[in-house]
Amino acid sequence: MSTKLFTFKGGVHPPQSKSLTQNVPIEDAKAPDIVVIPLSQHIGAPCDPLVAVGDTVKVGQKIGESKAFVSVPVHSSVSGTVKKIEPRQVPGGAKVNSIIIESDGKLEVHESVQPKGSLDNLSKEDILSIIKEAGMAGMGGATFPTHVKLSPPKDKTMDTLLVNGAECEPYLTADHRIMLEKPELVLLGTKAVMKALGVAKAYICIENNKPDAIEALEEAAKGEEGIEVVSMIAKYPQGDEKRLINAITGRVVPSGGLPMEVGCVVENVGTIATIGNVIQTGMPCVQRVVTVTGSAVETPKNLYVRLGTLFSDAIEMCGGYKEEPGKIINGGPMMGIAQSSDQVPVIKGTSGILVLNKKEANLPEVSNCILCGKCVEACPVYLMPYKISRFSLLKNFDGADEYHATDCIECGACSYICPAKRPLKESISVAKKEILTRRKKAK
Amino acid sequence: MENKLIGSSSPHIRSDETTQKLMLDVIIALVPALAASIYYFGFKAMILLLASVISAVATEYLCQKFMNRPITVTDLSAVVTGILLAFNLPAQAPWWIAVVGSVFAIGIVKQVFGGIGFNFLNPALAGRAFLMASWSPHIAGGFINPATDAVASATPLAMIKGTASGQLPSLWDMFIGNIPGVIGETSSILLLAGGIYLIYRGTIKWIIPAFYIGTVAVIALIFDAGNLPYHILGGGLILGAFFMATDYATSPVTDKGKIIYAVGAGVLTMLIRKLGGYPEGVSYSILLMNILTPMIDKYVKPHVFGVATGGKKNEK
Repeated sequence: MSTKLFTFKGGVHPPQSKSLTQNVPIEDAKAPDIVVIPLSQHIGAPCDPLVAVGDTVKVGQKIGESKAFVSVPVHSSVSGTVKKIEPRQVPGGAKVNSIIIESDGKLEVHESVQPKGSLDNLSKEDILSIIKEAGMAGMGGATFPTHVKLSPPKDKTMDTLLVNGAECEPYLTADHRIMLEKPELVLLGTKAVMKALGVAKAYICIENNKPDAIEALEEAAKGEEGIEVVSMIAKYPQGDEKRLINAITGRVVPSGGLPMEVGCVVENVGTIATIGNVIQTGMPCVQRVVTVTGSAVETPKNLYVRLGTLFSDAIEMCGGYKEEPGKIINGGPMMGIAQSSDQVPVIKGTSGILVLNKKEANLPEVSNCILCGKCVEACPVYLMPYKISRFSLLKNFDGADEYHATDCIECGACSYICPAKRPLKESISVAKKEILTRRKKAK
Repeated sequence: MENKLIGSSSPHIRSDETTQKLMLDVIIALVPALAASIYYFGFKAMILLLASVISAVATEYLCQKFMNRPITVTDLSAVVTGILLAFNLPAQAPWWIAVVGSVFAIGIVKQVFGGIGFNFLNPALAGRAFLMASWSPHIAGGFINPATDAVASATPLAMIKGTASGQLPSLWDMFIGNIPGVIGETSSILLLAGGIYLIYRGTIKWIIPAFYIGTVAVIALIFDAGNLPYHILGGGLILGAFFMATDYATSPVTDKGKIIYAVGAGVLTMLIRKLGGYPEGVSYSILLMNILTPMIDKYVKPHVFGVATGGKKNEK
């Protein structure tokens, strides 16, 4: 095991709270009676439905597609009958046109699902098309279409793939368990993406709070040319792609720029393992590992869930609520999105379902900023959060812009650390949105 | 259950750090020196401390009550100001001096400007400056020599300045605090212990004390090497560097800013001591740097990640 530990400047150390599920093996969740498959689970153009109410569908069958480049298709995660096609609330908060399928319980696999064969027989273009057709979008939570990320403009030269297994969000252990239990899929996915990108170097980046995952992947990567497992200090937000690139390669992605500008592509390890699975079995992205956890969940688990499963069903599979829930979060506690109900479906970006109890969910009382500077020290982008927040609360968005509000990655480290419990990240987000909207209008 | 879920923007967890805990840490760090002040200066010191703390807290409470602001006396910041103000008084000062100083520090310097975080001067030091300007005999004199319990003994700094005569104390006496001075500044070793505790706890950073004391030491070495120990230990430098200059609201936020501020305070302290009219310059130099702090924070900013050097934004 390499002894060098990579890291970045700034950040915070929230309690990890991972012990609830880190030693719990991934469990195959049973198929729910009803799945709700939103036609947009990714960033980009929403899909048009390919099926109509009353149609029968099978597992892995493509049921929605868009002609746009920045979009990925969606597939049925069960076999059964299309009951309705209507707008439904999704974890992002919006209402999205969704296909509601009643499962027949048979889980019959669609005939299009065929293993893709050996990587050696697949060309770069083959792999890109397989990835797109499988509906791959960033499963770390950002849900950016993977094939778009893997098709950089001709003038950019890529040389490094970073497989992001940092999983720096507290509570979440889905990626940890994937790396531990499916290292061979991670390896296969890594090799496929390396080939699609035409890069010779890949780093599998894991925080040092997961020594067993590091060991498993080092074992699996033994003798593999160009694939290196690296360990990083467990610190939030180590998994942010620009922090990751900087920690491992020393490169600095310019402000407002993308990783490709420094020759890097970062892919979440869950995405990579799913790509491995797509190549091996041909099954598109219809399932994902979700950490269902938190103090208000009876038996926290890492569930291998069919996409479209309602949060309420997933929580039920973990024994239901232990106490009255105060907050239900899609994702982790630092960047996840609070839900208004548990009647939302698991989508491609749902890495966790975190249920906090009433006490934990209570919002803290806000007091005066005491100018302690802890937010400045915690900011991984080296912003001055208290200043931007002050400008934002005064609706002085030019001031916020001057202090680089748009460089904020919304990791929440400032709000987390603030002794006065000020809504720093929250107000900076408001300024950021406002500034970006104004810039768009000005164009 | 739909309507009972709490919806808010991320993050959904907060550290257990609070303003109250930070202030409590400062109080804990001040306890050794506080005990020393009572040990050396006895009942008089206790009266000053009590008068100062009680009136500071009461002033904060009454101001907030009359201004219809949330009452925040439980954040303990007024207690810290009260202790620090009393620490800046000579043992012979009458109790009402402490009360007047605290009312000014909290009422005028802190609450009028918006309460905690909005004061542009260190309240305790501003209170001391106010008292010094108005009742200077009570502030600049009336020191007690704990060794002899005699009144009006000159401080070591006054002796090296030549404005007073007397036998300079031993290094050891300065360390433990067996010297004349204001009640909180004398025991260097206990103040250092408190300061190190604050650095260890992460309540303050090492930068301001280190650069402040370091600057004073370097200037003393160059211009007044023989009196180096008295410059470091004989006055209010240790108390000022660890507990006054590090006040959050009135010191710069960035590391670079803190260095500029601390070096500036060190230079000013030595300027006042060597060329100015007063034997001691710690409190005025910190107050002067307090005033410069907003400007330092305006011009000394961290270099934002990925932004081209020169501070320009790379527009897309």
